[in-house]
Amino acid sequence: MGLLTFKGGLHPYDGKELSKDKAITEYLPQGEMVYPLSQHIGAPAVACVKKGDNVLVGQKIAEAGGFVSANIFSSVSGKVLKIEPRLTVSGNKVNSIVIENDGFYKKAEFHPVETMTKENILAAVKEAGIVGLGGAGFPTHVKLSPKEPEKIDYIIVNAAECEPYITADYRQMMETPEDLLSGLNIILSMFPAAKGVIGIEDNKPEAIRKLTEMCKEEERIEVAALKTKYPQGAERSLIFAVTGRAINSGMLPADAGCIVDNVATVIAIHEAVTMGKPLYERVVTVTGDAIAEPGNFKVKSGTNAAELVDAAGGFKTRPEKVISGGPMMGMALSSLDVPCQKAFSSLLCLTKDEVAACEPGNCIRCGRCISVCPAGLMPTRLSEIADKGDFALFDQLNGCECVECGCCSYICPAKRRLTQSMKTGRREALALRRRQK
Amino acid sequence: MNEQFYNVSANPHVRDKASTHSIMLDVIIALLPATLFGWWNFGVNAVILTVLSIATCVISEYAWQYFMHKKITVGDMSAVLTGLLLAMNLPAGVPYWMPVLGGVFAIIVVKQLFGGLGQNFMNPALGARCFLLISFAGMMTDFSVKGFGTTFDATTGATPLAALKAGQAVNLKDMFLGLTPGTIGETSAILLILGGLYLIFKGIISWRIPICYIATLSIFVLLFGGHGFDAVYLAQHLCGGGLMLGAFFMATDYVTSPITPKGQIVFGILLGLLTGIFRIFGGSAEGVSYAIIFCNLLVPLIERFTTPTAFGKGGKN
Repeated sequence: MGLLTFKGGLHPYDGKELSKDKAITEYLPQGEMVYPLSQHIGAPAVACVKKGDNVLVGQKIAEAGGFVSANIFSSVSGKVLKIEPRLTVSGNKVNSIVIENDGFYKKAEFHPVETMTKENILAAVKEAGIVGLGGAGFPTHVKLSPKEPEKIDYIIVNAAECEPYITADYRQMMETPEDLLSGLNIILSMFPAAKGVIGIEDNKPEAIRKLTEMCKEEERIEVAALKTKYPQGAERSLIFAVTGRAINSGMLPADAGCIVDNVATVIAIHEAVTMGKPLYERVVTVTGDAIAEPGNFKVKSGTNAAELVDAAGGFKTRPEKVISGGPMMGMALSSLDVPCQKAFSSLLCLTKDEVAACEPGNCIRCGRCISVCPAGLMPTRLSEIADKGDFALFDQLNGCECVECGCCSYICPAKRRLTQSMKTGRREALALRRRQK
Repeated sequence: MNEQFYNVSANPHVRDKASTHSIMLDVIIALLPATLFGWWNFGVNAVILTVLSIATCVISEYAWQYFMHKKITVGDMSAVLTGLLLAMNLPAGVPYWMPVLGGVFAIIVVKQLFGGLGQNFMNPALGARCFLLISFAGMMTDFSVKGFGTTFDATTGATPLAALKAGQAVNLKDMFLGLTPGTIGETSAILLILGGLYLIFKGIISWRIPICYIATLSIFVLLFGGHGFDAVYLAQHLCGGGLMLGAFFMATDYVTSPITPKGQIVFGILLGLLTGIFRIFGGSAEGVSYAIIFCNLLVPLIERFTTPTAFGKGGKN
């Protein structure tokens, strides 16, 4: 199979060499653990423990607040200290359960799925509180319950990991590929008409080789080498690269017969179904030129981000910018005093803030933003419209198709903050749509 | 508790190295071979005119921004580029006030009055050239400064294209190399093509405008030139009249050309058609400058009809 790809995109400095060969090491937290009740897309979870309760590792501490929501589990054993608003990666204060870690890591009992029926698998995934671990945090059981399951013909594992610096998925593919395949087979068992495709960017040849080798025996799974190009791992770009089907913002992947989950999510499904283990830890890449010893860590959710810096040898130089996620789509943190949550894939600490270092100038109409836009938009024009506040026109010109990948701002020679305006425009235009309904 | 606070901003947190400054600098580098050749060919006067033109553009931009209390942006090199392009479009024999007047017109009237960088509706250097051409037709079409290695009969002061139109013989090799009368920077087709290729190779400009422009003009000349499929006649058309300067450096000016890929193709074709009409059916032998500034005016219209289809919203995706 040749290299699959999409139209648009670009090649930022990828920085993966800092951590790609560092094996995943487990990090045991020292300080208090904080579990925000809203760390997924959808309704916040509802706490089901109260101050003073004793909890175990893997014990449910908050119940999903609706269908599109997810359970939350304790990652340590200890005592619930309080439930109060805490700063999270989003920059907002979110009601959170605070737990004192007793350091014993006494585990709750886990119950694997006994009879592998579709319903049992789905129930296990839902119970385990699994959400998309690539960054968006969309509840996985919702993805796995499409309206017309018989129409699903592709289960795509998003192993592109196109964000620079992050190597968490790559390390998991290298270290526990059998878990990945097991997870994928579990999903495939739910959709008899589907075939599994693991989409990997060709800058990870070792992973492609390893998984291709392992998939030789798997009739329903194949490995697809994708062209290394950001944002190859954006859901719509990936679906197009693998299947040639194009979906827009008004459609779900299921409308194109696809279900897309990233590597960590598929492994979490494997753990939930075969071991009954809920989602309370994940692999996080701690990296950047400010970090003394970049690496990949298995981190218990709720761990304070500042502890991760210490786990990675502390700061070599003072960072100018600290990011949760990758440099293209991640969120900048004002403070390290935030908990790692389910969708926290990376802590990136950069010594230089390139955004602050450059002053936006006039658009010179070079057209680069148009040629890199994976959504086929004209970011320069749309951002101008958004800045003027004409959100109806913004919507009319398909501004809501923006995937906020950051390519336009990255490439702009005039250093205009196009993505920022696009994001504002999109939010406002969607709000306008809702009001007009 | 961590007491430090870090910078926050919307994503993305990294930026490409290319900047407005670096792009302008690349275009200037691409123009250098043809400029140096022009200096060698036309002598010291050409150097003085170039320096005056660049200096005027930079000073005009600085003065305007200073007195209008705007941010001073002469550091982005765009004024330098305008000055250089203007000089390349002047005959080597014009008086020294000519580039000064042209430079002020280009920067103040064409560029700054419309909002500065990125806002002008026509190429400042070409706008100024056409302004000078209309105002001082005699001086602006006097190409009697004899080039260094010119074998061409310079006493008539006619450009090769004018000679061609008048039915005289012209030496194609001299046209290709640039040993002909003309403006300072337009004569050497080969060096301009090299510069253009450099820009395409570096990703500064796309192939769409220059290639569509040159291809359309070629077809037009073959069809309507009255010489049938005469390759030499065609090559003379392509090497003359500043076509290469226009196609690679003026028509591809970001600000005044369509931003949409399809629009760039339409723009190139329109340029080819108009240049062909001007050259073959018009009164003057040349037509590149007028074709470009005319098409500059059509850009908003072209863009309107060539907006790309959003991904997943129909179309061929």
